[in-house]
Amino acid sequence: MTSVAVAAEGLTKRFGDFVAVDGIDFTVAAGEIVGFLGPNGAGKSTTIRMLCGLLRPSAGRGLVAGIDVAADPEAVRQHIGYMSQKFSLYNDLTVIENLRFFGGIYQVPRASLPERLAFAISMAGLEGREERLVSTLAGGWKQRLALGCAILHRPPILFLDEPTSGVDPQSRRRFWDLIHSLAADGVAVLVSTHYMDEAEYCDRVALINRGKLIDMASPAEFKRTNLGGELFLVECRPLGAAIARLQDTPHLLDVAAFGNSLHVLVEDSAYDSESLTALLRQGGVEVSLAHTIAPSVEDVFVRMIGRTGGPH
Amino acid sequence: MRPLRLKAIAVKEALQILRDPISLVIALLMPFMQMILLGYGINLDVRNLPTCVFDREASQDSQALLKHFQASPYFRIVETPSTYRDVIRALDGGACRLAIVIPPDFSQRIADSGGSAVQALTDASDDNTANIAIGYAQAVVGAYAAEATAGAAARAGLSTGPLQPVAVQSRVWFNEDLESRNFIIPGVVALVMALVGAQLASLTVSREWERGTMELLVSTPVTPMELMLGKLAPYFLVGLLDAAFCLCFAVFWFKVPFRGDLLVLFLTTSLFLVVVLGIGYLISVAIRSQLGASQIGLLVTMLPTVLLSGMAFPIDQMPKAVQLVCTFVPARYYIAILKAVFLKGSGLLELWRPVAALLAYAAVIGFFAARAFKKRLE
Ligand SMILES: Nc1ncnc2c1ncn2[C@@H]1O[C@H](COP(=O)(O)OP(=O)(O)OP(=O)(O)O)[C@@H](O)[C@H]1O
Ligand SMILES: [Mg+2]
Repeated sequence: MTSVAVAAEGLTKRFGDFVAVDGIDFTVAAGEIVGFLGPNGAGKSTTIRMLCGLLRPSAGRGLVAGIDVAADPEAVRQHIGYMSQKFSLYNDLTVIENLRFFGGIYQVPRASLPERLAFAISMAGLEGREERLVSTLAGGWKQRLALGCAILHRPPILFLDEPTSGVDPQSRRRFWDLIHSLAADGVAVLVSTHYMDEAEYCDRVALINRGKLIDMASPAEFKRTNLGGELFLVECRPLGAAIARLQDTPHLLDVAAFGNSLHVLVEDSAYDSESLTALLRQGGVEVSLAHTIAPSVEDVFVRMIGRTGGPH
Repeated sequence: MRPLRLKAIAVKEALQILRDPISLVIALLMPFMQMILLGYGINLDVRNLPTCVFDREASQDSQALLKHFQASPYFRIVETPSTYRDVIRALDGGACRLAIVIPPDFSQRIADSGGSAVQALTDASDDNTANIAIGYAQAVVGAYAAEATAGAAARAGLSTGPLQPVAVQSRVWFNEDLESRNFIIPGVVALVMALVGAQLASLTVSREWERGTMELLVSTPVTPMELMLGKLAPYFLVGLLDAAFCLCFAVFWFKVPFRGDLLVLFLTTSLFLVVVLGIGYLISVAIRSQLGASQIGLLVTMLPTVLLSGMAFPIDQMPKAVQLVCTFVPARYYIAILKAVFLKGSGLLELWRPVAALLAYAAVIGFFAARAFKKRLE
């Protein structure tokens, strides 16, 4: 990792008495993808908005491209591209009209505009849809167009606030491919998401809860250091009885339902698949499968949010 | 100020106007409807005004004058009382709205062509009609006197009566064909432009807030000044178009004579547009919903322009305090300019006072409008 593109130093935002973002510190390097993870109301959007100069920090500071955002938000704006959580392109304009508008706003030189427009359109996969009104596009197209508008001026720093929310899984994969190719060109990307599986696409994830940064690490490191136990996948029926049976068992750290199965977290080497199956059978639960699995970020996330208190 | 940005904003705004039914209705339909409704609705024309004539001379001359009144479409002689008491009874009872008293020495006075020749009494309950009626009566007497003293400097005055003192109405001077419409229509044009300009501009920033596009716009390097100028540019063109339409309507439909210079009209109209667009923009920045902003826009333009601009009610007849308030109504100056340009053919030099007032207004509004928009979400 080379130069620091974004740095938050004790970044804080208060709305009246309510502390939405509470002294957050982190950095994003050029070419790095940092994922912002956290439950609703954790303070992800507020942090991003402060870094874009849309909200004034109550304390601490944000350095974007080496510039203090609070001191000179306008200077920061040429260097950033922003996708807000709520779609905010012009629905009553066509695809190409939106792109042209942002091209003009960012003063993309006339000579390079056609090439940039063409790049944005092909990147977003919107060829042949240039004249469509944006209001008639489906979610995935809209989000990719928004990304296209945000990178027209080739900003070295991108802030993407839940860019894949409400987008089907296939479009989401495609969207992440785009983010990766931008990062490969040296763009620093700060991206918030609700989808835990997307954390695995990031170079580092920052877990935020109740305005505080709880942990920041690569997805692998994050899982290794934060889980604090062994994870089992258990397929059994009925789930309710199984959860009830496991809840007050010694050395058992956590139980969570994942679809039709359970993720059971136990202290290291306290149980193996057989002893866990036996334990459940004693409680009259029918067990069809039980084995250890590699934890996902979601497992860690659920566990950590449980430890630090749920959403506000 | 970057030309590329200004152009991008202006083009975007123009496209949005073209695709927004509300804006289109305001820009295209409203001026037409308002010109028709207000042009005909606010009609202070006095026609067939019930009039009684007390002829105290009963000479050939006074009968000739009476004929002039009868020939005029504005008066209908309903009574010819023979005593003052009857005159007053007729006025009080509402049988007539105007009474003309021809003095016993009428012929002599006309021959002397000086002083007041005829007394006019009106029912003062309707000030406006009274003023107009007296203006017309004066013109009839004037026309007669001019005829009677052919060649002599014809200037007929009206004596002032005990019921209603009559000041010489200089306004009638330039309106020799006696159409009150000539005074009303320029006011209507100003009103329509104020309404359309302020209404359209009031939607422009509030639309961005309402549709959630502001968040992204604020994150770009656009400056408040660029945003304002870029956004208002297409509305300025629309406003000029509407002004041209209204003014053509005034000339070709309502037959208001146009004696002035088109360039003067264009410059002053542009100035007035800047003022009303600025007002609308200020409202739009302050209020984040389109409906709220347009309602406020309607309120702050419609009421003062109708009531306090001299459009329908002469300012010089208002109480002093209200006259002071009128000083701050921009339409007042534009209406004065329009009347002067249309009816008198005045040039910029003669109009320096109202033009200076509008310039000052535009400067103040522009100053605040350029600073009103803050690039923050809070
Ligand atoms: N302008 C504001 N005024 C008052 N409170 C606010 C404001 N903006 C955000 N908040 C509060 O701050 C907290 C953090 O909000 P924020 O939008 O940053 O959360 P988030 O992590 O982005 O959540 P989500 O995943 O739902 O988007 C929330 O409780 C929210 O209600
Ligand atoms: Mg958010």
